[in-house]
Amino acid sequence: MKVKMIAPLFAALVSSAALAQVTVGEPWVRATVPHQKATGAFTRLTAATDARLVEARSPVAAVVEVHEMVMEQEVMKMRAVPGLDLPAGKTVELKPGGYHVMLIDLEEQVKEGGTVPLTLIVEGTDGKRESIDVVAPVRPLNSARATHMPKH
Amino acid sequence: MSSLEIAARAAVRTAVALLASLALYACESSSPRFQNIDVTGANYGRDFRLLDPDGNIRTLADFRGKVVMMFFGFTQCPDICPTALARAAEVRRLLGADAGRLQVIFVSVDPERDLPELLRDYTAAFDPAFLGLYASLAETRAVADDFRVFYRKVPTGGSYTMDHTATSYVFDPRGQLRLAVSYQSPAESVAADVRTLLQAPHSTP
Repeated sequence: MKVKMIAPLFAALVSSAALAQVTVGEPWVRATVPHQKATGAFTRLTAATDARLVEARSPVAAVVEVHEMVMEQEVMKMRAVPGLDLPAGKTVELKPGGYHVMLIDLEEQVKEGGTVPLTLIVEGTDGKRESIDVVAPVRPLNSARATHMPKH
Repeated sequence: MSSLEIAARAAVRTAVALLASLALYACESSSPRFQNIDVTGANYGRDFRLLDPDGNIRTLADFRGKVVMMFFGFTQCPDICPTALARAAEVRRLLGADAGRLQVIFVSVDPERDLPELLRDYTAAFDPAFLGLYASLAETRAVADDFRVFYRKVPTGGSYTMDHTATSYVFDPRGQLRLAVSYQSPAESVAADVRTLLQAPHSTP
């Protein structure tokens, strides 16, 4: 049902995601200023059957990692995680204050209003991998949080 | 000196000490209540000496008459730094006509990558009135230590990220450290405390 919340144009952009076992909701990438070499990508993932996000790729960055941000006594710590579990039917959020896809060593500035192609590699419990192509709109650098979260 | 004189002097000293503590108590009991953590009288974070993107030395005295809110971070930070700076921009919006009396300062804990131009562009993306400050590696460490701010490099993907304290510090218009603001504290509560500091007596320069 996630697709219903996405604007029609955007649904077209992520049509390949709809065919996959994992639904990708409202992906976005934080804009950068010139010379800024890293940024984060955020989204909501819902797997039809138990799966795991094991890798992410993007042509805009030399290194792409799945990161977890944790706060320990007011100290922000960010770590690459080997994977992110996507339990069947449960929406897993990649959002500020939690998980994100880290885009490191950016080839060029990520500009507000543009889009960033991302490929998410998801592995099922059978070990079979599939790749999901996503085109994530770029939101302003000062975007504080994911917007219009569903209330259910 | 007779033993009587000694006793009398001791009594006077005790009375003076008592009066002083009463005065202090009266003073403290009338001090404002804050929504964020009151660190008034802290023996750390008394001043800083850092460079702005134009290469000018900046110290706390430059901002006398304004409330200063200071945050330590780095521009490659995908998450907590943009959130803290976006909140600071929101605080300025909430202050309305008093926005000009709040100076927001972003201190880089990653001066190797946060070159002056990048620092300027980055802070301006949140609010053109924000000021990014930096120093040499050794001086950055010294300032952070002085503010009890922790940070360290953590290697990742052939590059590195930074762990760092996400607390913002707030100084009153006289340059006294008054508040520690958690990363979770909402903009409304920060704005309320900044208003309290701006309205307090002696807040004018």
